[in-house]
Amino acid sequence: MADITLRALRKSYGGNEVVKGVDLSVPARSFLVILGPSGCGKSTLLRMIAGLEEITSGELTIGGERMNDKEPRERHCAMVFQNYALYPHMTVARNIAYPLEVAGVPRALRERRVRETAASVGLADYLERKPGQLSGGQRQRVAMARAMIREPRVFLFDEPLSNLDATLRVQMRLELRRLHQRLGVTSVLVTHDQTEAMTMADLLVVMNGGRIEQAGTPLEVYGRPASRFVASFIGTPPMNLVEAEIAPSGRLHTELGPLPIAVERIASGPVLLGVRPEHVLLATGPDNADLELPLELVEELGATRILHARLDGRGFAVATAPGLPFPPGATLLLRLDPSQLHLFGRADGRRIDAGLVRIGEQVPVAPTEAVAVPFR
Amino acid sequence: MIERTPILDIVTQLILLLGLVIALVPLWLVVVAASLNLQEVNTSPLPLLPGSHLIENLVSVWQRGDLGWKLFNSMLVATLVAAGKVFIAALTAFAIVFFRWPLRMLAFWAIFVTLMLPLEVRIVPTYAVAANALGPLQTILEVTGLARLWQLATGVELALEWNLLNSYTGLVLPLVATATGTFLYRQYFLTIPDELVEAARMDGAGPLRFFRDILLPLSRTNMAALATIMFLYAWNQYLWPLLVTTDRANYGTAVMQLRQLIPSMFSEPEWNIAMAGTLIVMAPPLLVVMLMQRWFVRGLVATEK
Repeated sequence: MADITLRALRKSYGGNEVVKGVDLSVPARSFLVILGPSGCGKSTLLRMIAGLEEITSGELTIGGERMNDKEPRERHCAMVFQNYALYPHMTVARNIAYPLEVAGVPRALRERRVRETAASVGLADYLERKPGQLSGGQRQRVAMARAMIREPRVFLFDEPLSNLDATLRVQMRLELRRLHQRLGVTSVLVTHDQTEAMTMADLLVVMNGGRIEQAGTPLEVYGRPASRFVASFIGTPPMNLVEAEIAPSGRLHTELGPLPIAVERIASGPVLLGVRPEHVLLATGPDNADLELPLELVEELGATRILHARLDGRGFAVATAPGLPFPPGATLLLRLDPSQLHLFGRADGRRIDAGLVRIGEQVPVAPTEAVAVPFR
Repeated sequence: MIERTPILDIVTQLILLLGLVIALVPLWLVVVAASLNLQEVNTSPLPLLPGSHLIENLVSVWQRGDLGWKLFNSMLVATLVAAGKVFIAALTAFAIVFFRWPLRMLAFWAIFVTLMLPLEVRIVPTYAVAANALGPLQTILEVTGLARLWQLATGVELALEWNLLNSYTGLVLPLVATATGTFLYRQYFLTIPDELVEAARMDGAGPLRFFRDILLPLSRTNMAALATIMFLYAWNQYLWPLLVTTDRANYGTAVMQLRQLIPSMFSEPEWNIAMAGTLIVMAPPLLVVMLMQRWFVRGLVATEK
């Protein structure tokens, strides 16, 4: 049970910098998920915490102790690898016992701990098998048991679920969470799967190009993406992004036409307007429609239905409840909720906190505005 | 890929059979010749069916050739070479594959080069070293002037000498010092996933622990393959034992002795005795191959996952 802090952590290979200064503090007992596309440096970061990669500069502490130059075994971290990395020639029991064997724990104690740990992950009947005779999910459990048996201060997971099939993945996701609730060990999990990230994280970190784009709770990250990258990376289908201009009057002019929505408190100029598919409403008639778009195709997901509109080769998705069939080619009459719109700078892609109101309405109802008030 | 090609199947089977016959006929002739008496073995053409003197010939050659002792020598040398090779090759490959150190590539190439210089090519320098294993060191000391310094300081002339001629050490060491095994191991070690190495590090295992607990058990089949190959290689050595041993009675090997049994133009043409000796001398390697075959094939063909 230890907290982890990273201060200006960097990693370069030769002249190639992969992790470009990461600052992060992970409270003890929390579950951190690092999310990002492949090559964003997330795995490298995890391996730096584990001690498998040297830290080029910056400082890493676990439980308040500087760990930069410590061997992996001295950091008291346990790691679950993507391919499980079980020792193929050892039985399940010996695989699980191996960390204790290396640590010189007496045989009797070792065997008892193996039985307990194996039972807690449902492997009690498989102790004498070799990893080659197990299914993917069982191997995963062996890897977990091997990590648990040392009672580490920190669990590190490197894309642990990506080799499992979809059903098993959902199941193991829940199991990992249960395990975390039961043991309360600080955990760091690296993944490129946003569902995994959203469902498992206490603290979610989105990385891109070796930097942290945003850190926060999953709902914060989803609800108030800090950048265009985060906005389009999280959410299925991703957030709709439309180029727009803020006129001197404050009115929004998008590439789809002017909107009856005004922006308060910021200067005019080019921006990106973002809206999540589930926040686009269907208008009741042409009178109260903000946008009219031709429907291209419909995806039925059962609980929801995704309407895809055409927009200069890019898609514009609308999530609605299943209901009336829309024939392809129909025109969608859409209405936007000003409080659910996001603005990003077109040049830097950073979030712009501004009040958005429907022109003609008296009371601006914008939850974003409440947060943006500059006093704390 | 599984295809139904009955005609091709028959043809390939026939080719295989032909190969088998070609390989087995000389062996059969050895067996036949070893079971005939002196007159029968010198009739022309040679009978194609065995005679009744096999046991008698075997006993005779065993006594005449002192084969008990020679087989023991061969066995000892071949086993030591195989064991030494397996041990050294595993360690060198371990150092080359799993550690990053400054002279790694140099060491790698130095080992690689020895592949191109088999014992037969460098037999004269190797003999010189075997005659005095400390000779190179002595030369270095003399060239650098350290020997002279030693003489001035102590008044005693420095002459290092460690003679390996007529010893098991001399028979074994030069055969152990080759690169073949290192490469077999290197190729296998390269297939071991990095994650396995890292998992061991996370579990707290140091390099030697990793080597003993994980690498060695995983490369069992490689070891068996290498040990078999090296055993045969050492058993079949002729030139080197001939050079390095002058005391043939004590240090002669079975293969050297076999050469003595082949009749010369001045002696009686006792080919039956020579062939009986052949049968005895080739039995141990045959046994080794038969016993190790299962492992041996797995080690050469595929890596166990």
